[in-house]
Amino acid sequence: MHTILEVNNLQTRFKTYDGLVYAVNGISYNLNEGETLGVVGESGCGKSVSVLSIMGLIPQPPGIIAGGQALYHGSDLLKKSQEELRHIRGKEIAMVFQDPMTSLNPVLTVGFQISEALQLHMAMNAEQAQQRAIELLQLVGIPQADRALHNYPHQFSGGMRQRAMIAMAISCMPQILIADEPTTALDVTIQAQMVELVKRLRDEIGMAIIWITHDLGIIAGLAQRVIVMYAGFIVEHASVDDVYDNPRHPYTISLLGALPRVDMSREERLTSIPGMPPNLIGLPPGCPFAPRCRFVVDKCLQENPPLTSASPNHEIACWVDVRTGGPR
Amino acid sequence: MSDEILVHVQNLKKHFPIRRGILIQRQIGAVQAVDDVSFDIRRGETMGLVGESGCGKSTTGRTMLMLYPPTAGSVRFGDQDIFQAKGRVLLAIRRKAQMIFQDPYASLNPRWTVNAIVGEPLRVHGLVKGSRAQTERVQELLKLVGLNPMFVNRYPHEFSGGQRQRIGVARALASDPEFIICDEPISALDVSIQAQVVNLLEDLQDKLTLTYLFIAHDLSMVRHICDRVAVMYLGKIVELASKDELYNHPLHPYAQALLSAVPIPDPKAERQRQRIILTGDVPSPVNPPSGCRFHTRCPIAQSICSEQEPQWRELMGGHWVACHLAQ
Repeated sequence: MHTILEVNNLQTRFKTYDGLVYAVNGISYNLNEGETLGVVGESGCGKSVSVLSIMGLIPQPPGIIAGGQALYHGSDLLKKSQEELRHIRGKEIAMVFQDPMTSLNPVLTVGFQISEALQLHMAMNAEQAQQRAIELLQLVGIPQADRALHNYPHQFSGGMRQRAMIAMAISCMPQILIADEPTTALDVTIQAQMVELVKRLRDEIGMAIIWITHDLGIIAGLAQRVIVMYAGFIVEHASVDDVYDNPRHPYTISLLGALPRVDMSREERLTSIPGMPPNLIGLPPGCPFAPRCRFVVDKCLQENPPLTSASPNHEIACWVDVRTGGPR
Repeated sequence: MSDEILVHVQNLKKHFPIRRGILIQRQIGAVQAVDDVSFDIRRGETMGLVGESGCGKSTTGRTMLMLYPPTAGSVRFGDQDIFQAKGRVLLAIRRKAQMIFQDPYASLNPRWTVNAIVGEPLRVHGLVKGSRAQTERVQELLKLVGLNPMFVNRYPHEFSGGQRQRIGVARALASDPEFIICDEPISALDVSIQAQVVNLLEDLQDKLTLTYLFIAHDLSMVRHICDRVAVMYLGKIVELASKDELYNHPLHPYAQALLSAVPIPDPKAERQRQRIILTGDVPSPVNPPSGCRFHTRCPIAQSICSEQEPQWRELMGGHWVACHLAQ
């Protein structure tokens, strides 16, 4: 398969009054054509910052892209000017954000906001763009699309707003869709509508997707590969089946143990992870998960484990083999 | 769990008036947030109340404790009618029935120390004499919920979300309650922290024989923590059953769709699932649909559904449903 996005050793920091926040600490991954990559982790683990960094959407200052590459078709996005990125964002790489109310402009009609991108990127005139906007709204399942075009975002429900966001994102047939927690603010039945819609569009348009979420449930039904992040590091990277059936990093194991299932009755206690995620200002030298880890050994406190292959197509950042409790 | 009924909710209604006009305000309609809801909670059990946002589940919980004045109906707690109670009697009921709120950031006064927050119920109900006794009791409560007792003089902003929710739990426990309404206590927390709070609630229930009403939209967590579950849609309870009965054999089409929409953290199970995808959005509770309120989105609706309101009937032992077509 052809790789369209290759991220190498990306590092993002933020300057604050309390010190440097190490938000993303050298992550590397690639994305293949037409593939869906899931990025999971808890709040503050750097999952959103990592994609905002490659899109050039981190304000600098206070943000600092301290290093790394993001090769899109071989050219580095991190080296491009805002003007150059403007031609890529929305057209070739599109984003859907978590909160559709704050990411839509409240004083412009939905139709205007969709056709704006079409006129800018696809060189359409106003009439063509409007016609296309109606088709897009129909495609994402908004009833009476020709009337909805003239509505303002506040006249839409949460689910409809997120549909409009998706319509906007796919308007220019992007090669990559980055979805940053797009269903977190929605109810489960609306979330299910949204996931089905994205799956259908993915198969029709053939775009690659990076789906960021904290919900391990959604990823299971959507992604082919999964990255698990913790404290700005990738701690596990494997195919979706391996991550759920054969998790090898203690954090992934605990996270899955903390989740009850709707299809099974479970009498035993949930595994809770003691403590809380580390402060990203001045991380300790060892593994960031070590203070909460039940497999911890001395080495974990001294040296941060690199992400290395544990078996074919399965990478983890851990000194311990969780199956034996001994070193890997 | 015993068969003794601790809380009995009968035909509870809560309508919020919609007014228009500046000087002379006329009521032009009402949001029918909770419309004719009845259920029992047995002593020692955890009753789940689930539904999507705007279905009235939180309003039900809040109205039960008169945080909102009820429109109609009655709630009996033990042998007392909460809505008829006044003064000392009401205060005594409030002492025994407490609440944990959703947002651990908004439900703690940022200008108060933990000592003042957790100690407030102790002062209100006159449970301790003197500030030293109060501090000691607050420290005991902090220990009970897994917080360091040395934190008594700290302020809420010095704690993480999970720790704040523990403070909220400690405050609810301060007056030694029998019944606690947990209004989405974990939905603002991260996954790994959710499990901590859920385990804490379960441990406390065993230790102190508490009865919970657990209001949530996370159906997986509700299956884990509850004994019986009620499903709400647009201000009405549409189905009520023991948790395994409800999750294995949902009878109401809405409950079926809701359960099928919940993602499962297992790729193999996900690939084999048949989803019931509902179309459209939840209608407005200002002007709910006639007959069965779900008929506008129901995949199996027939003409009777828009004409007659379905009866609340018991189909099997303890399995209640409001649907014309369920069998």
